[in-house]
Amino acid sequence: MNIVVCIKQVPDTTDVKINPENNTLIREGVASIINPFDAYAIEEGVRLKEKYGGMVNVLSMGPPQVDASLREAVSLGMDEAYLLTDRTFAGADTLATAYTLAAGIKKIGNVDIILMGRQAIDGDTGQVGPEVAENLEIPHVTDIRKIEQIDEQGNIYLERMLEEGYVRLKAKLPVVITVVKEINEPRLPSLKGKMLAKKKEIHTWSAKDVEVNEKRLGLSGSPTQVVKIFTPPKPEGGKIFDGDIKGSVRNVLQELRASGILAGSEKGDE
Amino acid sequence: MNYFLTEEQQMIKELAAKVADEKIRPIAHECDEKEEFPAEIVKVLGQADLYRVCIPEEYEGLGGGVFEMCLVVEELSRACGGIALAYAASGLGIIPIILFGTEEQKKKYLPRLASGEIIAAFALTEPDAGSDAGAIKTTATPEGDSYIINGTKQWISNGGDASIYTVITLTDPTRGPRGSSAILVEKGTPGFEFGKKEEKMGIRGNATRELIFQNCKVPKTNILAKEGMGFMVAMKTFDQSRPGVASQAIGIAQGALDEAARYSTERHQFGKPISSFQAIRFMLADMATQIEAARALTLQVARSIDAGEKNIAKVSSMTKVFASDVAMKVTTDAVQILGGYGYMREYPVEKMMRDAKITQIYEGTNQIQREVIGMNLIKETLRKKK
Repeated sequence: MNIVVCIKQVPDTTDVKINPENNTLIREGVASIINPFDAYAIEEGVRLKEKYGGMVNVLSMGPPQVDASLREAVSLGMDEAYLLTDRTFAGADTLATAYTLAAGIKKIGNVDIILMGRQAIDGDTGQVGPEVAENLEIPHVTDIRKIEQIDEQGNIYLERMLEEGYVRLKAKLPVVITVVKEINEPRLPSLKGKMLAKKKEIHTWSAKDVEVNEKRLGLSGSPTQVVKIFTPPKPEGGKIFDGDIKGSVRNVLQELRASGILAGSEKGDE
Repeated sequence: MNYFLTEEQQMIKELAAKVADEKIRPIAHECDEKEEFPAEIVKVLGQADLYRVCIPEEYEGLGGGVFEMCLVVEELSRACGGIALAYAASGLGIIPIILFGTEEQKKKYLPRLASGEIIAAFALTEPDAGSDAGAIKTTATPEGDSYIINGTKQWISNGGDASIYTVITLTDPTRGPRGSSAILVEKGTPGFEFGKKEEKMGIRGNATRELIFQNCKVPKTNILAKEGMGFMVAMKTFDQSRPGVASQAIGIAQGALDEAARYSTERHQFGKPISSFQAIRFMLADMATQIEAARALTLQVARSIDAGEKNIAKVSSMTKVFASDVAMKVTTDAVQILGGYGYMREYPVEKMMRDAKITQIYEGTNQIQREVIGMNLIKETLRKKK
């Protein structure tokens, strides 16, 4: 079984600040972590390898400092680590990111399962997984809470989380799987793993090292552009209706009709 | 303060802290309330390779020493002094195997202890032999290629949970302490049973049990060092393990200081946080100073033990005496700073005060430690006079 886990390095905070001039996150002074959902993907990758053998490698696209997150992934059990880093990758939206990651996966070659978190905690789109699958022309299954088994014919049996309950699925390998946090409890790194990770060579690939069309990379390959990022203004004012309940409710309804939010007549109100 | 840790030591400390914060602290209160030993923590410590830290590399360890053990014990104890004992008391059982084990004994036990697959324990104390360790009555009678062990050991940390026990016995009762021998006994050996689980004031996340030997037969090859050297094995083991108890005390004290300091900034009285009152700040200042002094002494002694310094009994005892007294004082003051809340079991500091108390008592009471320090001091003084 050859597995690739795709991870994203994200800021270690939910209290992000935004640079109003270029609408990007201010990353200075904020520590970086592996996207928490991806940590479950790493753990699941290690467990699959423990059960079925093979290799489990980690791949990321980002600036050179992603090296630290890749080493952490190695300390958690990844065999090899690959970093796609190039100035031309910068400013990528999910489409360009997925295109680039898919190129990296093709270069690694012979991949049976691609695992990633259901979404990143900074962008929250959840698009990269399915888009990687489209680029590779293979199936994808999202929000997986359990990998039941993989049979000899190359079928994988999964449980996909729904709002209420779950659905059991069968997919044909190779497949892209995105996982939810219910899937496992990630282990802590080991000292041996950490020592190994310190010395590990991180395979670093630029745009030239992978087969890509430069026009589809980074900002130029990104049809989605962030026009503006803002914190929604807190609603102000408001009106309090107090006094006896019946009268207040009647007044609320009147007000809603007057402002056009509610249709109909007063007849049924009583 | 900067203790000039190597990159590897820093890694060990950080990982131990992570285990403490993420895996131990969340269950500390419950284990204390239920008096339960959390077996799953041994698995976590094993997976993190922490048991490997002070085991030689040739036996699948990481080749650290007393210093590294202290780093781990302090971090774990910060979250729970009781659960940390699953680590520290196993260390006490591992030390005599490292110091005195034959190649065969080391090969048999150390790799499994390194992985955390099994844990160890050390058994000296008996109902009538505490500070007067020479008064032990447990016998190991030589018979052909075996020893037949009879007697009862008391208050053994990890008792029942450990798989391998270093038991101090008398192989020749006529010679008293000079007839003592340290013998390895595996759990499950016929004639070796566990007695009652003790109900304790503190360190309740660790099981303390009696070990009962009734005609328990073990091969003669299970002896550590030689017949008659049982007390030497025990004393040399304690010389190395006492800084570990000191670090347990420091960890408990640090945990209490962290709680008290944080609380002082959140608790308002007379319209201000109580940290703005000098009465509180001075208490916190003394607590922090004492902890740092205890840590500096302990880590420096640990370093000199690892560097192979001889005659370490005096300084080793100093670490235990000083750090455990600091822990008792600091945890008592932490309860005082938290006031009524501090006295409630819902808040963590009263447990820390209960946990701290044992560090003044076990592995040699502080009174015995002072005897060791005093006697060595007088010996040195007399030597100078000559």
